[in-house]
Amino acid sequence: MIYLGIDTSNSPLAIALAKDDTILIEETLNLKINHSLTAMPAIEEMMAKAKIKPAELTHIAVAEGPGSYTGVRIGLTIAKTLAWSLKIPLHMVSSLKVLAGNGQFFDGVICPLMDARRGTAFMGAYEGESLESLIPDQHSEVSEFLNKLKELGRPVLFTGIDIEIHEAVIREILGDRAFFAAPQNRLPRASNLIMLAKQSAEQDIHHAVPEYRRITEAEANYIKAQGGGES
Amino acid sequence: MSEDIYVLGIETSCDETAASVVKNGTEIVSNVVASQIESHKRFGGVVPEIASRHHVEQITIVIEEALKQADMVPAELNAVAVTEGPGLVGALLIGVNAAKAFAFAHQLPIIGVHHIAGHIYANRLAQEMEFPLLALVISGGHTELVYMKEHGHFEVIGETRDDAAGEAYDKVARTLNLPYPGGPHIDRLAHESSHPVKFPRVWLEEGTYDFSFSGLKSSVLNYMHNAAQRGEQVAPEDVAAGFQNSVVEVVTAKTLRAASQYNVRQVIAAGGVAANKGLRASLEKEFAEKEIPFFIPPLSLCTDNAAMIAAAGTVMFEKGIRGNMAMNGRPGMEMGSWI
Repeated sequence: MIYLGIDTSNSPLAIALAKDDTILIEETLNLKINHSLTAMPAIEEMMAKAKIKPAELTHIAVAEGPGSYTGVRIGLTIAKTLAWSLKIPLHMVSSLKVLAGNGQFFDGVICPLMDARRGTAFMGAYEGESLESLIPDQHSEVSEFLNKLKELGRPVLFTGIDIEIHEAVIREILGDRAFFAAPQNRLPRASNLIMLAKQSAEQDIHHAVPEYRRITEAEANYIKAQGGGES
Repeated sequence: MSEDIYVLGIETSCDETAASVVKNGTEIVSNVVASQIESHKRFGGVVPEIASRHHVEQITIVIEEALKQADMVPAELNAVAVTEGPGLVGALLIGVNAAKAFAFAHQLPIIGVHHIAGHIYANRLAQEMEFPLLALVISGGHTELVYMKEHGHFEVIGETRDDAAGEAYDKVARTLNLPYPGGPHIDRLAHESSHPVKFPRVWLEEGTYDFSFSGLKSSVLNYMHNAAQRGEQVAPEDVAAGFQNSVVEVVTAKTLRAASQYNVRQVIAAGGVAANKGLRASLEKEFAEKEIPFFIPPLSLCTDNAAMIAAAGTVMFEKGIRGNMAMNGRPGMEMGSWI
């Protein structure tokens, strides 16, 4: 079984190849790069290095979001087109869960975070070796989510490249229960993605869509204009 | 005897997710278009983020359907052609990345096609092109006169300096409270008018083949505004007819003059607005008088589709042009010749 993992849900590009339980190769680029331009060449190059032909792939794993709308869509478009073209299973894993994988053995709660501007972020809460979800992935006011974490009364490890942006409010609300992942543990790793994908169900490829965790601005405004409830 | 060439086309530059298989650049084997128009209607226009979301939902379904209708497997294809630009960036890159992944999976050549070149080559699916040729590309996003000496040569001799013609149609339609997309409604209303309002003709400086529609659009808006202030009733059909007459007169005159000056053997129209009955009738009448052959492809080939991308891509394929995995969506892509 040969897995290809792709995570383009935020600015880092993370890709990996695994054969059964062996990670053959993995790359993470934390540069301001354009995924649309670089993801496929990076995949092509990585597969050439590993001497694996497209037809030899048996599974595709992709980070489904949340994250940058465009970023998530690029990874998902590549993943679903590859899986459909090669007639192999597609597996999708929460992009936040992939990040949570960086804190797998932390004794407490793991909180992956992606900044979403204006004091908001995509956040989730996970625990344990199997990364059970404690609080569902969501788009939230950062302070509001931190208060939910506070109620758990446990140490919380924050991970993701954006945690510095919210460091002050995290310390303010959680005090000495807040821990921050070391820089090498803040980036998404496609090896984590692949290992998590192995435990996930196969997706209906044609209907696979990103988990945006937020409706579009146009729809929110439309609902507001119609006098609808929350935006 | 040369072998037949089969190209898969993919188009996602705006609000249609489309895939098609074309044989030898001239024959449609399959042509699938998933339109999102219903999703954008309530917003009165295309919302880019929503367009991108729909493209991801549709892309593999549409490609599969195109292959199924063609009764072909990927190994029978010679290349994949995809719209590289111009268009909405988020929308373009769904097609581009799907095309790259498909080409990579099947180890096929990939070719990036200019959307306007596609619109022009839509004609070749209905009628062989004769050179030198003049193409009037007129749609919601474009208004251009393109001169072609031969296959793959494009010289943009005139283009809009502000709004595309179709954009002006949509804006005027909105002020008349017509549903989106407004073009067909204005076209229909215009035929009901007996006293068209006289709006200005925007010719720009003498000799230019460029267009401008924002001034005309403003005239229509001012007219409506003034009438409202005076408490006068406006007959929508007279406004629609007045606006359409102005667009049609200028577009027809410039196309005619360019056709004569460049001494072309054929004039073709392309793009969604080319389906406008008023414009079509005017162009057909004038070119018939001038005895210059003039063609407009069927409506299904005027609006965005992937067969036109495959048709243009086939000529590029024959000329040895190849893209690679580093291809990106290019929202502001310029039209360049392939020779």
